[in-house]
Amino acid sequence: MKKRPLNLNFLSSLFAICVGLLFGYVILLISNPAQAGDGFGTILTGAFRDMRSVGRVLYFATPIILTGLSVCFAFKTGLFNIGASGQLIVGAYLAVLVGNKGAALGGAHWVVALLAAIAGGALWALIPGLLKALANVHEVIASIMMNYIGMYLVNYLVVQTVFDQLRNQSLPVAASAVIPRWGLDKIFPRSNVNAGFFIAVLAAVTMYVILYKTKFGFELKAVGYNRDASRYAGINEKRNIVLSMVIAGALAGLGGGLLYLAGTGKHIEVVNHLAPEGFTGIPVALLGLSHPIGILFAGLFIGYLTVGGDYLQLYDFAPEIIDVILAAIIYFSAFALIIRTFIQRRAIRTGGGGAK
Amino acid sequence: MEYIIEMLGITKEFPGIVANDNVTLRVKRGEIHALLGENGAGKSTLMNVLFGLYQPDRGKIKVRGKEVHIAGPREANALGIGMVHQHFMLVENFTVLQNIVLGAETVRGGFLKMDEAREKVLALSERYGLRVDPDALISDISVGMQQRVEILKMLYRDNEILILDEPTAVLTPQEIDELMHIMRGLAAEGKSIIFITHKLNEIKAVADRCTVLRRGKLVGVVDVAGTDKETLSEMMVGRKVDLNIRLTPREPGEPVLKVDKLTVHSRRRGQTKKVVDAVSFTVHRGEIVCIAGIEGNGQTELVYALTGLIAPDGGSIELLGRDVTRKSIRHRNTHGLAHIPEDRHKHGLVLDYSLAENLVLQSYFQPRFQRYGFLRYDNIYAYAETLIQKYDIRSGQGAYTPARSMSGGNQQKAIVAREIDRDPDLLIAVQPTRGLDVGAIEYIHRQLVQQRDAGKAVLLVSLELDEVMNLSDRILVIYEGAIVADLNPKEITIQELGLYMAGSRRQAGVAAGGEVV
Repeated sequence: MKKRPLNLNFLSSLFAICVGLLFGYVILLISNPAQAGDGFGTILTGAFRDMRSVGRVLYFATPIILTGLSVCFAFKTGLFNIGASGQLIVGAYLAVLVGNKGAALGGAHWVVALLAAIAGGALWALIPGLLKALANVHEVIASIMMNYIGMYLVNYLVVQTVFDQLRNQSLPVAASAVIPRWGLDKIFPRSNVNAGFFIAVLAAVTMYVILYKTKFGFELKAVGYNRDASRYAGINEKRNIVLSMVIAGALAGLGGGLLYLAGTGKHIEVVNHLAPEGFTGIPVALLGLSHPIGILFAGLFIGYLTVGGDYLQLYDFAPEIIDVILAAIIYFSAFALIIRTFIQRRAIRTGGGGAK
Repeated sequence: MEYIIEMLGITKEFPGIVANDNVTLRVKRGEIHALLGENGAGKSTLMNVLFGLYQPDRGKIKVRGKEVHIAGPREANALGIGMVHQHFMLVENFTVLQNIVLGAETVRGGFLKMDEAREKVLALSERYGLRVDPDALISDISVGMQQRVEILKMLYRDNEILILDEPTAVLTPQEIDELMHIMRGLAAEGKSIIFITHKLNEIKAVADRCTVLRRGKLVGVVDVAGTDKETLSEMMVGRKVDLNIRLTPREPGEPVLKVDKLTVHSRRRGQTKKVVDAVSFTVHRGEIVCIAGIEGNGQTELVYALTGLIAPDGGSIELLGRDVTRKSIRHRNTHGLAHIPEDRHKHGLVLDYSLAENLVLQSYFQPRFQRYGFLRYDNIYAYAETLIQKYDIRSGQGAYTPARSMSGGNQQKAIVAREIDRDPDLLIAVQPTRGLDVGAIEYIHRQLVQQRDAGKAVLLVSLELDEVMNLSDRILVIYEGAIVADLNPKEITIQELGLYMAGSRRQAGVAAGGEVV
């Protein structure tokens, strides 16, 4: 049993990637036919051009792996966490705040800043979780609203507490709050990769263990598959819903912390944009087959395309092209999901009961 | 006599299963032809082929001697074939008349012409004795009445071949008698009826001939008058089945469940009706107490309140002498209560979990299945294997089979195994045999009786009168949320029980809220 759906899932992800790439190639052809072949080759190979590029892949992958895990974790309990963006930015703000004000923490500074990020994300998901469990408010609505509340609140708080007036963004964090490189800068010279990638891998592995090996994961999945049966079996489904959202939020918040403590000159800009990494988490979770290890690879794949796409400018392509291609892959991954559901439904209807 | 329908050598395959294997069904004009078989024997598939919902892989269909191709229900209707599905296809907030003309409206210039339709409906109900009020809302009439509306729908469309899919499953004994009467009347007027069922009594009562299917194959066609029930059941199951349970007389022991004035209000918005109305009773060790009643009289809510799925609005529940009225579901489940739920897909199983995972759904948190929060899958699968052996649960890939892909009977066996193996003091079984075939029913009845004989208390909620009469030491009749009678099955007849269930009789001394011990 375990094999067939997994293959089907894997195929559907592969299908999404191929169609998305093909679509991207067509766009390249339309915008600049002469360079399309070279440009396409660059997308596929750009990430392996040198060790710096590989390092950049890891750097780009880190936050979206975490938001992907966030979406996936909630999804296992039957919840659609569309609020990773808000959770990420609230987490990021607390990380930056601690990063600015907590220089006295010394060597533990960056760790405390990350813990603050986790707490911020968790808090931001706690509210939709409680609303869902206690008042049956749909988590999609609640977490979309929390995205906007989070964004505007963070804008306000940045201005109040850690504002760089000249650049209209947050102040840079203290050096002790920057995540250490742990020698990765030696392997991948001049890239921004840091220990954050290891933290993302650790998060994915931990999540795998929790979901598939523990009593807690058994309950979470049971609630996700069938809330009524879980209640019947005495599982406290409300508690599980809240916990699932809180952990999802913590993951997204951690992603925010890692992104803004990377020491790459990235700051919280005071603009009215939702953090895009939060939404990228949804296709990463989809492409990754809602499996922690799959998400790890899906995040790396998106990072790989992003880096490859950066080099497109060498061939006179607008850098936005890569965003279009990524969007196409994302679009088709949702499409593939529909196809997969369709195939499975058919298989169940025709193969299962027979008489029905 | 000519055949009005001939389905010849029908074969229909689905991936991995042959649902109909060279099946032939011939129906004569004006006869009531029963189609008998276990769950999954291929009855529904065959009827769906006749109704045009499936196309057969091989074989041909003749209607009135002419070979036809039925592409869909519309074509089937044009050929005079109509079907009453097990779940009625009625619009709740339309009137009877509106439902009957729905899809076959006569219009003039875009406006409905209901007068003609009304006349035709009245004439039809007169002719076939289907007393219905054309202006009543569907939501206001009884299930039996709704079924008559479905039959009228077919007659209104001038159908001559009527397919009734398990029509008696939802009816009271009185309503069943009426339906039988109506069916005979229809046959006498020249209509042909295909009657899908797995209830042998009804076949004996009303059918002329019977086609028996087993595992997609035709077993035989018999004249009902010349065949006894035992033969029919043996043809259907493929072995001898004994559904007659003889309960060995036994003195009930100490009380296990004590319910006192339990009250549940309707959860529907804007309603304050009591769906469970001050119900009091006691279940002792070594007895099977059956709650009998027509569907929707508060049984579901009563069980939800007992098992903790909903909080009662009044009264108390005592389990083994301790008050559990406000205790959690998990507390009750670990303090002697086991529950075979009414809806095995909604409550009983996590369909996307494997059989093994479902078998530990009530016990995964025990030390033998988890250590420091980590599940001990070795023990879980070993335990699942023993249950599979002990309770003869059959499935494609053993403990690893996804619950979704198991047959209904084996899903139910899995639930029964899980609940009984927890060694409960009180077993609440709600319609444990619903939709199952004779073989599985026999099995589940045996298990319940074994529990009783082992000194457990069993509370059975059932709509099946045979089951109620056969299996219980005591019958509590529930009507509109209240217990209206406490009966000894040995002292009453099925007909009397039916009267209590329909609310037309009430036992003296068992007033609402009165003590029944």
